[in-house]
Amino acid sequence: MSPIDLLLEPLAYDFFVRALIASALVGVACAVVGSFVVLKGMSFIGDAVSHAAFPGIVIAYLLGLPIILGGAIAAIGTALGIGALTRRSGLRSDSIIGVLFAGMFALGVALFSSIPNYVGDLFSFLFGDVLGISVSDMITLSVLVVALLLIVRVLWKELLFATFDPLGAGAAGLPVRRLDDLLLILIAVTIVISLQAVGIVLVVAMITTPAATAQMLVKRFGQMITVAAGIGVSAAVAGLYLSYALDLASGAAIVLVETALFIVVLLVTAARRTRMA
Amino acid sequence: MSERVATSVLEGQANRSRPQERGVAISNVTAGYGDRAAISDINLLLARGSLTAIFGPNGGGKSTLLKCMAGLMKPWSGSIEVLGAAVGVHAARVAYVPQAEQVDWSFPIAVDEVVAMGRTPRIGPLGRVGTTDRKAVTEALERVDMANLAERQIGELSGGQRRRVFIARAIAADAEIYLLDEPVTGVDPITQEKIMNILDAEAARGKTVIATTHDLACAAQRFHDVVALAGRVVAHGPAQLVLDRDVLEKTYGGHLVPLADGGVVLLDDPHHSHGAHEGHE
Repeated sequence: MSPIDLLLEPLAYDFFVRALIASALVGVACAVVGSFVVLKGMSFIGDAVSHAAFPGIVIAYLLGLPIILGGAIAAIGTALGIGALTRRSGLRSDSIIGVLFAGMFALGVALFSSIPNYVGDLFSFLFGDVLGISVSDMITLSVLVVALLLIVRVLWKELLFATFDPLGAGAAGLPVRRLDDLLLILIAVTIVISLQAVGIVLVVAMITTPAATAQMLVKRFGQMITVAAGIGVSAAVAGLYLSYALDLASGAAIVLVETALFIVVLLVTAARRTRMA
Repeated sequence: MSERVATSVLEGQANRSRPQERGVAISNVTAGYGDRAAISDINLLLARGSLTAIFGPNGGGKSTLLKCMAGLMKPWSGSIEVLGAAVGVHAARVAYVPQAEQVDWSFPIAVDEVVAMGRTPRIGPLGRVGTTDRKAVTEALERVDMANLAERQIGELSGGQRRRVFIARAIAADAEIYLLDEPVTGVDPITQEKIMNILDAEAARGKTVIATTHDLACAAQRFHDVVALAGRVVAHGPAQLVLDRDVLEKTYGGHLVPLADGGVVLLDDPHHSHGAHEGHE
């Protein structure tokens, strides 16, 4: 089989094309939101929010509601809860995150274990199953990704100012706290729409890795988001093909491609720094 | 009270001025963190176009006072007017320059991007950086002599250049009130001189420049007015009128060592004793 056949063959399957589009959309959304997450040092929040979505998903399943809705409510609630508790409790934010992260996930596991004879979807919640994405899931995903990118586009300057220099932005009259909350909501929504692709455990990599890789390559913020999005999409496509060719779990394959890119860039950058020093 | 005579004289003049000619008017302000008050019962009038240094010991409330003026902290009691209105009303005309150590210098952002941030309140959401904004950015960079470094990532700059970028942001914002937290701390004398020349020029064209500083010598020599702050205002006015041994003792408490020639040495100056000077450009 020629390399071109290898690329074209899986495209004959509708499920593969849908998975390709969905992963690329998720790759872009995660990279854009991830750029702010990485620069604000909030990667740990991403991990917490994704695990916190779990009880919401289980409750939605038990009540027969859309799973994405349950996940979104739990994720947004936890994200805003982290912000509010950090401001009021006098504790460091990583302590609050650690408590909520594990507590919410435990609640999800407890609820899940109460479902008799039900294990089927647990694996796909935890690790994702983008090859099983339905047409209606795809439409929801596309609408949400477009909405997310529009919000970031409209408030680009404000989000950047508040991320880079919250004090300067606050003094200039920007609503820094509301922008922080908006960012938390965007993170929560991005995570929930990414769960189908990569699952609860791996989504933090989709958010953190492309943005962190891009940060090593660029000198301007505008370039960072573009490069991160490019990495997110390329890794999604490459990872899916890899998963098809080698029969690997799709989410894990995507994350492994991103991780490999990160390591390559890290080594090249470090080598260049050493040479210059 | 033991406040200097010059304080009341100056504030008497300022009180007769029309409200819009006042830069910042602070009345009976008490503020702090948790249940500890950092500043108590502060009354100050900083006229428009003044160049004022707020100096005093660590924990004396310099940053707290600056943050209250910037609207970043809410006083427990009392009131603050900026440009004749409550804090926040004219926020777009206030520029705040944070301490260098509070900035993430590894942030992937170029000099011109930082300066363009100053235009954000003017452009508003939805709007994009336009020709007028780009012109303002270029002019601001020229004013601080940084136009040739517009494309640099901020982490590649020297300590003095980094500070000048943030001052350029205030200029590009076309702000009336510049609030600077420790703008000359940790830089060598030549760099300090450059920064002070820029701030002096800004005050000369009517901007109200208010800076906290650990550097008593710089405060006394390069600023028009000084505020000695030790939880409360010990003195306020032109340095040559209000700065004397009595004021310094009240400001710094027991940290003054008398010298044989009648002068004093100040021991409470940790930013300097650490020797953390950055190289000048």
